[in-house]
Amino acid sequence: MVKIEILGTGCAKCKSLAKNVEKAVSEAGVEAEVVKVESLSEIMNRGVMMTPALFIDGEAVVVGRAPSVAEIKGMLKR
Amino acid sequence: MLEREDERKEEGCLCASGDLLFLACAGGSNVGQMSNQAAVELAKDGRGKLFCLAGIGAHLDTMIVAARERKLVAIDGCPVQCAKKILDHAGLQAALAVVVTDLGIEKSPKLEVDPADCKRVVEKIKEELRD
Repeated sequence: MVKIEILGTGCAKCKSLAKNVEKAVSEAGVEAEVVKVESLSEIMNRGVMMTPALFIDGEAVVVGRAPSVAEIKGMLKR
Repeated sequence: MLEREDERKEEGCLCASGDLLFLACAGGSNVGQMSNQAAVELAKDGRGKLFCLAGIGAHLDTMIVAARERKLVAIDGCPVQCAKKILDHAGLQAALAVVVTDLGIEKSPKLEVDPADCKRVVEKIKEELRD
């Protein structure tokens, strides 16, 4: 089971990332737990100063932008 | 656009906009402190984002991942160039590296920042970014 975390306070870019993650997980057919972290203090305490950010199994893979569905699928296959 | 950014900031959003990051040495001298003040003023002016050089120095993955995809401006107080070297150590390259003393501003152990000198640094960086 892959743990995917989406860090963002809920603006348009964060929502776009959440949507892309959902699609990528479904298309890649991976079993994943998707967690949204929306608390600004928690986001900043994790060292994220630009959102949205994407963590896979605890590792920051993208910070400050919303990657495409294809990009996320590639990250999930690693 | 700027209005929207202001709204987001008021709401406490960290939503990234723009690709320019300012990283200042913020060292223990007048010119070190000036490098930071110049970076703050450039960020407040909407030229880019003030970014945490300490986080890069600590090799935090969140900081390095964010910096890797952006244009970095290293602002150093003196020719020792700690900011630029920290970026080098992290495998990052400054697109622009500015040294405050290169503008004829003398380094001293006093921490006071001369506003007129700081303005010159800000203007120099704006000029370099236009080129």
